[in-house]
Amino acid sequence: MRAVDFRSPTIGSDSPEHAARLERLWESSRGLKGFLGTVDHKQIGIRYIITAFIFLALGGIEALLMRLQLAGPNLSLLTPEQYNELFSTHGMTMIFLYASPILSGFSNYLWPLLLGSRDMAFPRLNALSYWIYLASGIFLYVGFLTGNGPNDGWFNYVPYAARDYNPGLNEDFYSLGMVFLGISTTIGAANFIVTALRTRAPGMSLNRLPILIWGTLTASAANLVVVPAVSLAFFMLWLDRQFGTHFFDPAGGGQPLLWQHLFWIFGHPWVYAIVLPAMGMVSQGLPVFCRRPLVGYAIVALSTVATMVLGFGVWVHHMFATGLPGLGLSFFSGASIAIVFPSAVAVFAWLATIWLGRPVITTAFLYFSSMILMFVVGGVSGFMTASVPVDWQLTDTYFVVAHIHYVLIGINVFPVLGAVYYWFPKMTGRMMDERLGRWNFWITFIGFNLAFLPMHVTGLLGMPRRVYTYPDGMGWDSLNLITTIGSFVLAAGILLFLFNVLKSLRSGAIADANPWDAPTLEWSVPSPPPPYNFAVIPTVASRYPLWEGRLGGRGSATSLDRGMLLESGKETVATSSMDATPDMIVEMPEDTTAPFALSIGTAVLFVGLLLKTWTVAVIGLLLLSAATLVWLWPRRELREREARP
Amino acid sequence: MIDATAAGTGRAADGAPHGRSAVLAQPRDLPVGPMGRKGLGLWGVGTLIATEAALFSYLLFAYYYTGAAAPPGWLLESHPSLRLAVPNTIILLVSSGFAWYGETGVLRQRRSRALTGFGLALVLGTLFAVIQGFEWHQRPFRLGESSYASLYYITTGFHIAHVLIGLLVLAAIFLWTALDYFSPRRRLSVSAGVIYWHFVDIIWLFIFTTYYISPYLGFGR
Repeated sequence: MRAVDFRSPTIGSDSPEHAARLERLWESSRGLKGFLGTVDHKQIGIRYIITAFIFLALGGIEALLMRLQLAGPNLSLLTPEQYNELFSTHGMTMIFLYASPILSGFSNYLWPLLLGSRDMAFPRLNALSYWIYLASGIFLYVGFLTGNGPNDGWFNYVPYAARDYNPGLNEDFYSLGMVFLGISTTIGAANFIVTALRTRAPGMSLNRLPILIWGTLTASAANLVVVPAVSLAFFMLWLDRQFGTHFFDPAGGGQPLLWQHLFWIFGHPWVYAIVLPAMGMVSQGLPVFCRRPLVGYAIVALSTVATMVLGFGVWVHHMFATGLPGLGLSFFSGASIAIVFPSAVAVFAWLATIWLGRPVITTAFLYFSSMILMFVVGGVSGFMTASVPVDWQLTDTYFVVAHIHYVLIGINVFPVLGAVYYWFPKMTGRMMDERLGRWNFWITFIGFNLAFLPMHVTGLLGMPRRVYTYPDGMGWDSLNLITTIGSFVLAAGILLFLFNVLKSLRSGAIADANPWDAPTLEWSVPSPPPPYNFAVIPTVASRYPLWEGRLGGRGSATSLDRGMLLESGKETVATSSMDATPDMIVEMPEDTTAPFALSIGTAVLFVGLLLKTWTVAVIGLLLLSAATLVWLWPRRELREREARP
Repeated sequence: MIDATAAGTGRAADGAPHGRSAVLAQPRDLPVGPMGRKGLGLWGVGTLIATEAALFSYLLFAYYYTGAAAPPGWLLESHPSLRLAVPNTIILLVSSGFAWYGETGVLRQRRSRALTGFGLALVLGTLFAVIQGFEWHQRPFRLGESSYASLYYITTGFHIAHVLIGLLVLAAIFLWTALDYFSPRRRLSVSAGVIYWHFVDIIWLFIFTTYYISPYLGFGR
């Protein structure tokens, strides 16, 4: 039978038979095969979120151990070596294994629902990016648990990280693990870009994209071009350590500063990559609780992109103290100051949204709105260190540590916790407990600020970062004690949050499709959504499809109940990038274990490289090649080849 | 504040209130699955090429950055021999041409032409890799000699790794064409693979210019 090459999708309405048919087509199989083989973006998204929270907890425990050690002067709970591994592993965990993957998790879960699609553009790549993330996280933690965690800080400067000064396997685990993890980040970024540009609901032109999408889309575009810098740097470091190359070794004509350049060419855009999507969460969620659309959608979207573009040109502000020429410092200082403008646009837009709206105080609202405050604190301390002389004074002190925590906890963890409260009903069909939520919020908020606000002063008083202890009489004692107390309060808040999640999963109030009366498409489907997301593909006519009719304008035109049925296979529709006119019916892949096999092959390869056992590496390479070949083999059902008789 | 201009499709602008069944126009006939070059897979290859291009940019950045500040004698060969490199470059470009020729064979449903094109691209690509092996062998320096040597080998090494992947891709395309999988409509795998091969060849031009030509133009000492 010759497959149909062209077809006009049937327009119709949902019905029980239609839903049952879609359910059969889209449901993942049960058991181990379904577990390893699922390509459902919702399952993958939730796995991402849970895994990232586990890493958050691990990184948090590491931080608490360090805070105990620093609670008073001259304590000896930890040895200097243990302390080095702890602060480096803490940074690696929080920045690479939590901050970015948690946002990927939310984006994975939410994007197709927000975009009115049935899955991501590349469901199998989606599964692969999760498995690689998990495998590389385990790889890195096997290093840590065997006493081979990174121990030169998360940015791992040479020559500390060179073999002469660090002969153990620590840096080899870290180097290879980061190359490994980079594969996952890159694959995820590619998937997000194509998904945003190609698989939106008909009518969702670029200016109707939910604001959340802009953050992750921008971050993904950046990741695609900056992740290779750090992967390459780590790979070169591994070669320097194991094969006697001289990339970073001055004795062989290499450049130690090349490490810093490559690391920060990646590192600074990365900072935006882990805050822009979280800012997008706030832009998406906060207006719902202000009962009005976000003020200044267009300039918020444009400033998101502008922040990223400027963000490519600021990396040297991490290197002001390295003795680079004054002209270079001035340029990067100027760019770092200029980036305040696009960053501040969002702050004013959020404030205006609260000001002009009728805020409904919920836990999610508290998390989203308090983030504005901490964003300003973190932004101002960042702005201060954009000035070269100020940076010379403050670099490598606790002031910078306070800054990065205001940025990463304030702009990443707080929006994420808010996002859990906001989207938990969609993901699980149950509401989270609001009363526990208030306790959880205030304890977290007070603990966080108690821990990190005084840390600015600790830094101004000159306490260097990354020291395992300090003498008394420096004026740092009580400040450090306050920080330690605050960190435990913060941890108690996070524990309460986890408790609330577990409790609400079991006994939370049942949530209907749209418990917050929110305007975007994910709230038009049941909670939790069926495997196929949308029984009929919605046709979108505005930025806020579920608020049409109340916002004035020309009435409502979005069609949620009637649309393309697309039920003759596992199908969704692809649309044009700008205007989102339908231009293709996409056959979506069935569940497959090829991504899992590929990630196992890759893991075996990296273990082989680590141990320099080439037979193991070759076995891994063969396994991953075989999985790739199976994966890419042209399939009739995906219309990748002709169906000949 | 709300964008209700319905400029998106021209189909949803019927103004029907939400809740009542909006009358949607029947969409035009849409291609089912990837059609010709059009398909999500091509976008995927686009992102792959973007990230790989970035990778090679950083490799070349490392060369120029290290070379710009290096003392005299950094270039281990002030005038690198072009005796093998120039013919090899031509071989790789001709291989790209044959890959394109093979693709036109698929387009015109002439399988022997397609197989000839892909087969010759495969042979010439392999020849490039072999000659590059000789080239490495003939270099008067090894990987650990200096930063220049390390950069030379890692950059050409990364390229050869990509050539080998490209050869596997070409081999797969050759096999699938031999199995008569493709038609002018259903051939995205072919086009994606050939585009990747062109990319691997174009990247070589940048590496060749950097390592073989720029010393003649006065870069490095």
